[in-house]
Amino acid sequence: MKPPKFEYHAPSTLDEVIALLVRYDGDAKVLAGGQSLVPLLNFRLARPAALVDLNRIKSLAYIQEHDGHVRFGAMTRQRTIEFSPVVARRLPLLREATRWVGHLPIRSRGTIGGSIAHADPSAEYPAVLTALGGEVVARGPKGERTLPPADLFETYLTTTLAADEVLTEVRLPAMPEGAGWAFEEFARRRGDFAIVGVAAAVWRDGSRVTARLATAGVGPVPTRLRACEEIVERDGLTDAAIDAAARRASELVEPDADIHASADYRRHLAGVLTARALTRARETARG
Amino acid sequence: MADVRLTVNGVPREGRCEPRKLLVDFLREDLELTGTHVGCEHGICGACTVLVNGEAARACLMLAVQADGAEITTVEGLMKDGKLHPLQEAFREHHGLQCGFCTPGMLLTALDLLRTNPAPSEDEVREGLSAVLCRCTGYHGIVKAVRAAAATLAPPR
Repeated sequence: MKPPKFEYHAPSTLDEVIALLVRYDGDAKVLAGGQSLVPLLNFRLARPAALVDLNRIKSLAYIQEHDGHVRFGAMTRQRTIEFSPVVARRLPLLREATRWVGHLPIRSRGTIGGSIAHADPSAEYPAVLTALGGEVVARGPKGERTLPPADLFETYLTTTLAADEVLTEVRLPAMPEGAGWAFEEFARRRGDFAIVGVAAAVWRDGSRVTARLATAGVGPVPTRLRACEEIVERDGLTDAAIDAAARRASELVEPDADIHASADYRRHLAGVLTARALTRARETARG
Repeated sequence: MADVRLTVNGVPREGRCEPRKLLVDFLREDLELTGTHVGCEHGICGACTVLVNGEAARACLMLAVQADGAEITTVEGLMKDGKLHPLQEAFREHHGLQCGFCTPGMLLTALDLLRTNPAPSEDEVREGLSAVLCRCTGYHGIVKAVRAAAATLAPPR
């Protein structure tokens, strides 16, 4: 099918974007990479009065290191992230997760801001944002605010962003030197939406272990597995601790069933993938 | 209606269309370049894949107006001086096509794959080509063709 009619705006500044969002009062959609929104338009599942296209705003595409964080303009393409030396060095978990996002031709257009604002619970970037404890910047008519993932993701495909707010930046804390990482995912075919995914990062500081774990695809929002992190932080990255953390992951998650997988199967996968992710993160960690 | 000016296969082109017109339909209907195929229209099948400023992208997930100012390469742009592109030669040589419906998308996807990874393993080729669906189940020939093309296209050491 073809998209329904809409008014099209491609402003060159964020101020114009926000003015348009105010004017349409909830009846406009923000167009980023379009890899989720355009299918919804083609199927006519979305019928906005207007599209506000961010693709002409050059200042929204950047990767900057800043005070222990890496800042991504919302319109930074997934492909740019995949091949970024800064990301390879500071955020290898994000780089690995990026390769699970659709396929290369999808990542040529898809953006980090769009993926996070779309809030698909099976998506990789929301899980990485959650695991690493990053934050996003949103701008609206009243100015800017920053939100941690727990305050951003509300439920399936829904964030707490207001209709006149636009996500402008994603900030992720750089992973410490020597940190290990893994993004494990299960899907029926390469490039399909994840049935379950697990993002893991671990690092050692002397005898102290820090772990970060979050899931995709189990429940309406990405889930940080704090209780599992605590097990390996307390007992170290031993096989027994990883097994215990994996069992705890299966208990903690509250997946829903859908056409792709039952809730039990997702619960099972959460445990299996947690074990695999922690094991591989342990292998990639140094120091 | 909106004006769209872009470069397609090295030739400046222009047209006028509704903002809701997809790039793939603009290429086929307005510019009469029907080599790019329309399959699923939601970014899954990859038949409509073209290069946008040198990078493979789904032409069904872009509006034509968004391509204003862009450089597009379609399957029609692969031949040079009446000779098939080495990738096309390899597809012919290795039985990389049956019905041909997915072929334009396969070719442009493979071209981008080989630019980002000039010497891919068989697994990497299969993973890269998973971006395009072939319903003749002809993947074996396609994978062979892409690996053969990689050897031909590789810069001499």
